Amino acid sequence: MGTKNKIYLLIFTLIILTIPAALQNNYHLMVLNVAALNIIVVIGLNLLIGYAGQISLGHAAFFGLGAYLSAIFTVTFGLPLWPAIILAMAITGMIAFAIGIPTLKLEGHYLVMATLGFNIIIYIVMIQLETVTGGPSGFAGIPRLKIAGFVFDSDLKIYYLLWAVSSGVLLLALNLIHSRVGRAMAALSHNEIAARCAGIDTENYKVKIFVISAALASLAGSLYAHYLTFISPGTFSFFYSIQVVTMVLIGGIGSLWGSVLGAILLTILPEILHAAKEYNVLIYGIILMVVLMFFPQGLFPGIARVFQKRKMDGQAEF
Amino acid sequence: MAKRNFKILQFTNRLLMLEKALPEDKTILEIREITLRFGGLEALNGLSFSIASHQIVSIIGPNGAGKTTLLNAISGVYPLDSGEIFFRGMPISRLKSFQIAALGVNRTFQQAQLFSNMTVLENVMVGMHPRTKSGFLGGMLHLADERREEKMIQEKAKTLLNFFGLLAKADWMAGHISIAEQKRLEICRAMAGEPELLLLDEPVAGLNIRETEAMGDLIIQLKKTGQTIILVEHNMHLVMGISDWLIVLHHGSKIGEGHPEEMQQDRRVVEAYLGA
Amino acid sequence: MTLSLQLFQFILSGLTTGSTYALIAIGFSLIHNATGIVNFAQGEFVMLGGMFMITFYSFLKLPMLPAFILTVFSVAAVGLLLEIGPIRRAKSKEILILVMITVGASISIKGLSMILWGKNPMTLPPFSGEAPLFFYGAVIMPQSIWIFGITVGVVFALNYFFKRTMTGKAMRAVAASRRSAMLTGIPVDRMILLSFTLSGALGAVAGMILTPITTTSYDVGVMLGLKGFSAAILGGYGSMPGAVAGGLLLGVFESLGAGLISSEYKDAVAFLVLLIILFLKPSGILGRGRLRRV
Repeated sequence: MGTKNKIYLLIFTLIILTIPAALQNNYHLMVLNVAALNIIVVIGLNLLIGYAGQISLGHAAFFGLGAYLSAIFTVTFGLPLWPAIILAMAITGMIAFAIGIPTLKLEGHYLVMATLGFNIIIYIVMIQLETVTGGPSGFAGIPRLKIAGFVFDSDLKIYYLLWAVSSGVLLLALNLIHSRVGRAMAALSHNEIAARCAGIDTENYKVKIFVISAALASLAGSLYAHYLTFISPGTFSFFYSIQVVTMVLIGGIGSLWGSVLGAILLTILPEILHAAKEYNVLIYGIILMVVLMFFPQGLFPGIARVFQKRKMDGQAEF
Repeated sequence: MAKRNFKILQFTNRLLMLEKALPEDKTILEIREITLRFGGLEALNGLSFSIASHQIVSIIGPNGAGKTTLLNAISGVYPLDSGEIFFRGMPISRLKSFQIAALGVNRTFQQAQLFSNMTVLENVMVGMHPRTKSGFLGGMLHLADERREEKMIQEKAKTLLNFFGLLAKADWMAGHISIAEQKRLEICRAMAGEPELLLLDEPVAGLNIRETEAMGDLIIQLKKTGQTIILVEHNMHLVMGISDWLIVLHHGSKIGEGHPEEMQQDRRVVEAYLGA
Repeated sequence: MTLSLQLFQFILSGLTTGSTYALIAIGFSLIHNATGIVNFAQGEFVMLGGMFMITFYSFLKLPMLPAFILTVFSVAAVGLLLEIGPIRRAKSKEILILVMITVGASISIKGLSMILWGKNPMTLPPFSGEAPLFFYGAVIMPQSIWIFGITVGVVFALNYFFKRTMTGKAMRAVAASRRSAMLTGIPVDRMILLSFTLSGALGAVAGMILTPITTTSYDVGVMLGLKGFSAAILGGYGSMPGAVAGGLLLGVFESLGAGLISSEYKDAVAFLVLLIILFLKPSGILGRGRLRRV
């Protein structure tokens, strides 16, 4: 994956390991934990948007499916934790496969509408199937995360688990981008016809990436459910779908490190804005507009350019 | 169903590949009575011809004759309305573009369709896609097989770039090299797919005289390695200079074919170009 | 009530909401035709229509017609500002970025409304009273007649505008081919600005006629916008008759879904139908498929 990325990974790991010592209270840890989960979703989404050239405004549905499915499997059916999470990923992946095939044949706004529509349908089902999901009042009593008897019962312990998982996902994604599959995806996102004529099965790749991004969102959703031990449908409305797409854009389409940054920034931002009381929504919207207007490539590529010397022939992206 | 047919074709193809390359003068491509319509316009109209291997065949004709449409039909970008295309005896008109590329037909486009979000080297590496196989798992986990294959891909790509005189700019973004270099890169990428049949769509369009001559030499060199090449071009000087065979199209049908010198004198061809 | 009468009732009320969806859908189509982007703030225009009307009519006690006209101008101004500011000043012309900018705009407008008007739902009195009328055995509110009438009026006016006036034809030219329009001397930027302004006005009208029936609050824009967008897609994105057909159809599906299946699932039914149609005929009911030339 290149020395640059390896160095970044090292620095990243060091920062993750040492930050908890610098934080003052549990609340900050919680925010960072949610950020770690968002990173998982955003990386998957960035692979879809930046590398497969597709758009989804419905990823909250997959996030929610992961949360509800693993909650139901563990609480209602008594399955052990990690098999339940993996089963939820598998089922979400299959659902993504089933709707991915017709959906990914659509283009542009039709694709947007299909993913949005899917999100709304799932959202409504979550609210209405009360006997199964607990309805609008939510689903409580979800078992905590644990590995072989060791229970993650504090925000600090969960912090290390979640950030370990999200670093793992980042590592896998970085590897993928620098592999044959990653190149094929980059090609197909840039010029689909040329990619096909070069021998790339674009439809197959699009569906596979869609499924992978859905499975990642599901994983994040399951971890979310077992972290908070309580979930309600409101978290999984299409507003969350818009939030994660925004995280991709702000970090920079196609830049995985940008996704990490974008996820962290946009998770922290609403928390900071709470202080502004009823101005928070307005300020959030304005910040969004301003960043997208003046940093359309994302904040991360913009910042990186400031620190790198530019050769006349341009740098290869990572 | 289509997938099963493709698997059968792939198997047949592998058997055929066992005979290294086709011996000379074997028919590598047969176009049989193909028709392609865009709405009411007939771009290709009952077109038929065959092409023998190890040759440079040029397709010429006035604008709108259907030359690029023909290349699009062969490479599976457009579906045929009727007729069939046979590559090494196998019908390919119902196959998808990527399957046709995997069988051994690679092409370039009228305006170079490079992946400008990648480097020169990466463009060629992408070209090797149908000849390589590591997938998601190998990619994500960076397994030993994948690492080995990546190394092989890099080296092969560099060798190819060297042949095309682009090795020095391997790390440049593909969009930043000159037009002549972009056209060479596109052919290089196509060659990375190890095609039996190479389709070039106006490879010298937009090039100056010196660059055109260089491209002509390059194409001849490719033919010397055993490559069969179909060329769509307007530049008569180039066409006459390097072609072994000419096929002349007009209004979607063939109005003549033969050796370049014959076609130069052919009455119908001259009329078509001069619009008599 | 017999089943056929029930169905008739559902269809009638579906046509009512459907008319407003049609107006919202036309707004989407207008901007899409001129620029290629989906304006996610369209729903907020509708919400603002209701809010401004309430402000002018109920709070400032202006008479109905001046309040109506002021509201239309106010929201049209919002549309204008959206184009002149965030859309035109954006550094990138990529569609995804511009679309997300409209999302940011929609959030900002929602946030501003929250501050200005608070979070409580508000309503307008119906234009001509509340006494229900009877139409072939079905109940119909007088407000519904206003909705039909105004929608029909607006559609005719727009039709005349696009087919008979120079400006309207210029806008259609921009929609067909921006470059050709530029070459023939049409001020494309001004046409784009006009499309946003018109969409604002349309949203205002939709909001005003709908509020007496459904009440309004700072967050109704989102769902209304989505429904309007679905209606536009349903009917064939970019065509005005398509938007009208799509809007009416969506309203009817929704109403039938609410009546026959359950009112909680009515939104899901509407979107499900939309998805099915998208999968079967991606270009929408009245849309035309495209073959791309390479």
